[in-house]
Amino acid sequence: MDAVIRKQLKIAACKARIGIIEGVYNAKSGHPGGSLSCVDIITYLYFNHMNVDPIDPKNEDRDRFVLSKGHAAPALYAVLALKGYFPHEWIKTLRKSDSNLQGHPSIKYTPGVDMCTGSLGQGISAACGMALGAKLAGKNFRIYTILGDGEIQEGQVWEAAMYASAKDLDNLVAVVDNNNLQIDGTVAEVNSPYPIVEKFKAFGWNVIEIDAHSFDEIDAAFNSAREFKGKPTCIVAKSIKGKGVSYMENMVNWHGVAPNQEQYEQAMSELSAALAELEA
Amino acid sequence: MADIIKTATRDAYGKALVELGAVNDKVVVLDADLAAATKTGMFKKAYPDRFIDSGICESNMMGVAAGLATTGYTVFASTFAMFAAGRAFEQVRNSIGYPHLNVKIGATHAGISVGEDGASHQCCEDIGLMRTIPGMTIINPADAVEARAAVLAAAEYEGPVYMRFGRLAVPCVFDESYKFEWGKAVVLKEGKDVTICATGLMVNEAIEAGKLLAQEGIDAEIINVHTIKPLDAQTILASAAKTGCIVTAEEHNIIGGLGSAVCEASCESGAPVPVVRVGVNDIFGKSGPAVELLHIYGLDAANIAAKAKTALSLKK
Repeated sequence: MDAVIRKQLKIAACKARIGIIEGVYNAKSGHPGGSLSCVDIITYLYFNHMNVDPIDPKNEDRDRFVLSKGHAAPALYAVLALKGYFPHEWIKTLRKSDSNLQGHPSIKYTPGVDMCTGSLGQGISAACGMALGAKLAGKNFRIYTILGDGEIQEGQVWEAAMYASAKDLDNLVAVVDNNNLQIDGTVAEVNSPYPIVEKFKAFGWNVIEIDAHSFDEIDAAFNSAREFKGKPTCIVAKSIKGKGVSYMENMVNWHGVAPNQEQYEQAMSELSAALAELEA
Repeated sequence: MADIIKTATRDAYGKALVELGAVNDKVVVLDADLAAATKTGMFKKAYPDRFIDSGICESNMMGVAAGLATTGYTVFASTFAMFAAGRAFEQVRNSIGYPHLNVKIGATHAGISVGEDGASHQCCEDIGLMRTIPGMTIINPADAVEARAAVLAAAEYEGPVYMRFGRLAVPCVFDESYKFEWGKAVVLKEGKDVTICATGLMVNEAIEAGKLLAQEGIDAEIINVHTIKPLDAQTILASAAKTGCIVTAEEHNIIGGLGSAVCEASCESGAPVPVVRVGVNDIFGKSGPAVELLHIYGLDAANIAAKAKTALSLKK
């Protein structure tokens, strides 16, 4: 990847991380850990990969993004705001009763959101439907979805995995955000989904393994998926839950709680320092 | 007397889909390995490119239907009522209902009249389940003529619709001149003593019950409530104001369906009247020939007539 683009993406992702913390802190609830683990990929998709236009969010030929792990909404909102779908001020209204930013993504409230998600396992099915719609219409728009590694314990994910492969939906890319943690512990302790790569391969998918925080690997994987014909692609992205905020990293207890003021200030201080370093 | 023509509403559904396919190239039909039974197989034969078999994955099918609808298609998703409203309830709620997407759920084999397959497949809860989803329209046609009309009308409507069809061939109540009015209950016979609100295959039974009651000098008003949600409370309450009591008749649990909806409307009207519900009396069904089962569970004209007399006795 071009060094300038890589740096721009790192800056955007760092700003998005700040947005995640601002949103969750002001909401006093939400899911920072799993938002921070997938935000690099969402940033990459919106800033360097998908054919989307914040001025025309409903364009019927646009690429679609479905956040199947809908609880990572703060990451999606932070990126959408950065991209210009809505004012950054909205971020601080997250989860409030007069906000356009619901606790989980909703097409009814938020420009740029392509599907209502949050009930785990359902987003990937909708993504399959969108991919099918593109095929039926003879259009070349593509569909991207992100699943949690805990989410793939849902049976519906495997119905969809079988379906996408059986219907040759090569315009669909599903990312598994493999941060290894879910609410009750590590995914292996709770109800192991491993081996994830072999499972998707057995379901007939093209599977690519990457580091979820390396833009070079992210870029290579999505470009490779675009070229792969005949079958959908699954990107198993090894990630760090809470990535970018020292005390949240790899900590299971940061799945679904908001930082207090002291923790907020520390997170903002760390991220601001990281941003300053990137922009230097 | 001429032979009574009997047709299952599922047959009318399949034919109507084919009819739609010819005039609307945005219509796509999904099924979950039941195309022969739900009759979507007719559409599959006519328009194979716009028919997608989802396999035995109803939950995924509802999600696929939702996603497909976001790309501009009018999607008909079909399976048995048990799996459409039951198994896939949450997918219908969250992926179709919440975003209010343009998906028409064609749920066949509803109710006791599934027959020999027994309780596991006799869905008597679907109307109740679907009623609780905000913005969901629920249509339960009385016969083949109404089923066809409802399918064509549903395709013109933007938003989610749950359409309930039966397996059993039932007499035609309407002739080809019948005009289906979206959301509007149909007064089939005017009367002054008791209002009978019926839906689905119970409409024909209600008409027969009206004849039985007439022999006893009871003048029943009979209303076909093809659309259970939104309920045409205006027509029903106007009738109740005249007659002073209501009997509801549906091939569904007495809890949650038409009976419940009518009770709610009457109770909140400011002038409540006695309501007696005919339906499956909060029990599971069992195997047997469909018509025999309908009698066993009291889903027939005789029981509607009996309950009409109960309702009359409750009038002040």
